[in-house]
Amino acid sequence: MPDQDEPVWVDTTVNGVRHEEVVDARTTLADFLRGRLRLTGTHVGCEHGVCGACTVIVDGAAVRSCLMLAVQADGAVVETVEGLTDDPGDLTPLQDAFSRHHAVQCGFCTSGFLMSTTAALREGPVTDEAQARDVLSGNICRCTGYTGMVAALLEVGGTRDDH
Amino acid sequence: MTTTEPRTQKMIGASVLRREDRRLLTGAATYLDDLELPGCYEAAFVRSPHAAARIVSIDTSAAAAMPGVLGVWTGADLPEIAKGIPPKVVHPQLRDVPRVPLPADFVKFVGEPVAVVVATSRYVAEDALDLVEVEYDVLPAVSSTGAALAASAPLVHEGAENNIAIHVVQTAGDPAAAMDAAPHRLRERFTVARGGGHSMETRGVAARFDPTTEQLVVWDTTQSPHYVRNTLAYLYDMPEDGIRVVAPPDVGGGFGPKAQFYGEEAVIPWVARLLRNPVKWVEDRRENFVATMMERTQVHDVEIGFDDDGHILAIRNVFEHDQGAYCAGLQVPMITLSTLPGQYRIPNIHTELIACYTNMVPTSSVRGAGRPQAVVAMERMVDRAAEHLGMDPVEFRRRNLVQADEFPYRVGLTFRDGSPLTYDSGNFPLLLEKTLSAFRYEEQRSLQAAARAEGRLVGIGIAAYVEGCGLGPYEGSRYRLLNDGTVLVTLAAAPQGQGYETVYAQIAADALGMDMDLIRVTTGDTSRIPFGQGTFASRNTATAGPATLQAGQEMRGKLLQVAEAMLKTSAASLTIRGNRVEVTDDPTRSVSLRDIAGAANVGKHGITLAPGILPGLETTVYFAPERAAYASGTHAVAVEIDPETGAIDVLRYVIGHDCGNVMNPMLVDGQVLGGFAHGVGNAMYEEPFYDETGQPQSTSYLDYSLPSSMEVPPVELVHIHTPSPLNPLGAKGAGEGGTIPVPAAIANAVEDALRPFGARITSLPITPPKIVDALSTDDLDGTGPWHG
Repeated sequence: MPDQDEPVWVDTTVNGVRHEEVVDARTTLADFLRGRLRLTGTHVGCEHGVCGACTVIVDGAAVRSCLMLAVQADGAVVETVEGLTDDPGDLTPLQDAFSRHHAVQCGFCTSGFLMSTTAALREGPVTDEAQARDVLSGNICRCTGYTGMVAALLEVGGTRDDH
Repeated sequence: MTTTEPRTQKMIGASVLRREDRRLLTGAATYLDDLELPGCYEAAFVRSPHAAARIVSIDTSAAAAMPGVLGVWTGADLPEIAKGIPPKVVHPQLRDVPRVPLPADFVKFVGEPVAVVVATSRYVAEDALDLVEVEYDVLPAVSSTGAALAASAPLVHEGAENNIAIHVVQTAGDPAAAMDAAPHRLRERFTVARGGGHSMETRGVAARFDPTTEQLVVWDTTQSPHYVRNTLAYLYDMPEDGIRVVAPPDVGGGFGPKAQFYGEEAVIPWVARLLRNPVKWVEDRRENFVATMMERTQVHDVEIGFDDDGHILAIRNVFEHDQGAYCAGLQVPMITLSTLPGQYRIPNIHTELIACYTNMVPTSSVRGAGRPQAVVAMERMVDRAAEHLGMDPVEFRRRNLVQADEFPYRVGLTFRDGSPLTYDSGNFPLLLEKTLSAFRYEEQRSLQAAARAEGRLVGIGIAAYVEGCGLGPYEGSRYRLLNDGTVLVTLAAAPQGQGYETVYAQIAADALGMDMDLIRVTTGDTSRIPFGQGTFASRNTATAGPATLQAGQEMRGKLLQVAEAMLKTSAASLTIRGNRVEVTDDPTRSVSLRDIAGAANVGKHGITLAPGILPGLETTVYFAPERAAYASGTHAVAVEIDPETGAIDVLRYVIGHDCGNVMNPMLVDGQVLGGFAHGVGNAMYEEPFYDETGQPQSTSYLDYSLPSSMEVPPVELVHIHTPSPLNPLGAKGAGEGGTIPVPAAIANAVEDALRPFGARITSLPITPPKIVDALSTDDLDGTGPWHG
């Protein structure tokens, strides 16, 4: 599989930090972020693009980092869960609402929900339950039953657009 | 002995926000695949593509020669660990068949591992998998209980007469005579599919052997670190202290399958030891679909006998349980056996299990663990009986519930530990009425009547259950005063999202009479506490909880005793305020917890302890419950069916729940709501299909539907609290109740919606095609195959 093993340059900005790295062409973006950059907050749940645990924001769009190659992020701006707050001591209003509404149990899916929800909120407010459920429906959570997430999203979704 | 008033602000019962959340929300958590293990090799497994085959040969030479591959091992290469993994729960009549970590001769299910490749990366390891040449002699397979039990069925395991693993009958009263004499008898056959656990984090194991200390450190996503350690010690013939099993601080969901032991867990540490290098294996989702245990289908043939007044006289249930290729444990079918009668007073019971081997991945507990199936059998027949009598199904239930003054209630059956099956406490009538009140039952019936008048298919379903939880044998809690004056509480059990670091700190805070911020909880490391069982069967609040309470009270006594000596007081009362112990009547006289640690734990080398100072402030308590506590619940649901598409719209859902005293209401609600979502999947979406050759057909989330936020409807919770008398916290379990009755409740509601057509629902999950089939069958007069 020499073509897959072929080293390629990736020049990408992740959470505001520019990285120039050589990777195997077949390396997924998820594995690049986790293994090379050690940003392990992005989780891999299904590796076939359904569960959404690996969701990151690439050039403003929420994407499944398990379905994307690292080399496809060349020249792109990538945001991961680690980049949501500048100061590790702070939580964004959305993160804080997730905690207060008990929208987190095992936490494995949480990063993906935060990233896809963050991207959605940048596009516009979320003001009713049907809309909240629609926003959340691209990711799977096995622990919470989504109740807390719906409440958290409704709490912050109508009032802010700078998530 | 000094005494003091407990701290006035009680933490037990408060909805304290979770300490775990911050790291989970900021991407700072540490799951197994996040561990820093520099130079760690990665493994991948060659798995059988056949459900039944003889292994003719395995050629690993090309794979082993691949650059980046460190080694390839087959079962034949690892005779040292070719031992049967003992089933978790056994029975004297079980015909056990050894389940070895890597079989050398035969494969019995698709996905069974036959070789392991270790390489510099998972990418390389998976490349090498393709180069391992395995020649199989494919054999006939069985992929359902019906096929397994058929005359002349292929044998899953050679040398047996049939595929039966165990056949158990339990009775109470005289069920045969009572059934014969019953004025009314109804019988039905239900098939109940139970899907998998589907934790969002799959299984994983990493291991590192230190040749200097000869200690093997194993990180494992397990729910039961001590069980893994004990099993490894047995398989490796090593002393248990030579193996340290650690469940990482963050484990991404469990739900039962991670409480079992798998061959991969034996292989990875072993090859790490052989290679003298860390090795990691993280299951991918495709492996998870074929190789992680699931619960799968039971088939229930159930008959109910009752009188004109709606009193249940007898119940008879014979069910087939799919054990899979091996028996990993009998817990699931044994639980089904004893869960059948539920909340009802039934004088005559016949409950019969036929568990059989099949050529599919072994089955084991998945959230609910055998109870949802039993509840389907019972609650569906309760509805049928009410229908037969023209009685409101709620009224029928009222007439049969065990009453609040009948506890402890002896069911007449035997629990799986051999003791008489006894419900410790509960209030089923109150639970029913509170649930109906919140559901607005009468109003819902009016709405249903109005809808029917418009030709709409609206139905109402009720289902009640009991859940044996808080099981033994024991669970432990260890306290230590650290040198900085804080208290470390160590639990053997490992969490997978339940919030142990928070809720056990709450219990400890009340037990110690100390502020929670001086208490830290650590979990899941066999080197920190020698004995433990694990997180399963909704057991820890009722086992580790009381252990934490009692050990904390003992620790408080020690702290005060040392403080008393250090303060040279005979004062009747001391108070812990912040990080100091002070004389209640004279707060100017006090000693800090750090000073207590200095005096009692650190000491001075060679200097005799002062009088009254206790050496080494630690306490450990293992709490062993007398028997299981029984939680209970009642669910009520209204649905509307679209007759064209077969879609089910949940109009209203109310959960009535009684798990005894609650430690943290927010966390309990979270457990119930999450369990409910799992039940919704079981009721309407999740089904692991296998074809007749034993090939799994649903091996991705495109084929196997997990409920998303669109599928899980809003739900209203109602709690009552009947404390358990079996532990000092009065706690019961809350982990599975949300799941257990959902399939039965929704099936009852769907059948109620279809009642104008007399259509029958006998198979779960209830998918749209089944509803369309039920509506389009020409057998709508109540005599044909739908009636078993």
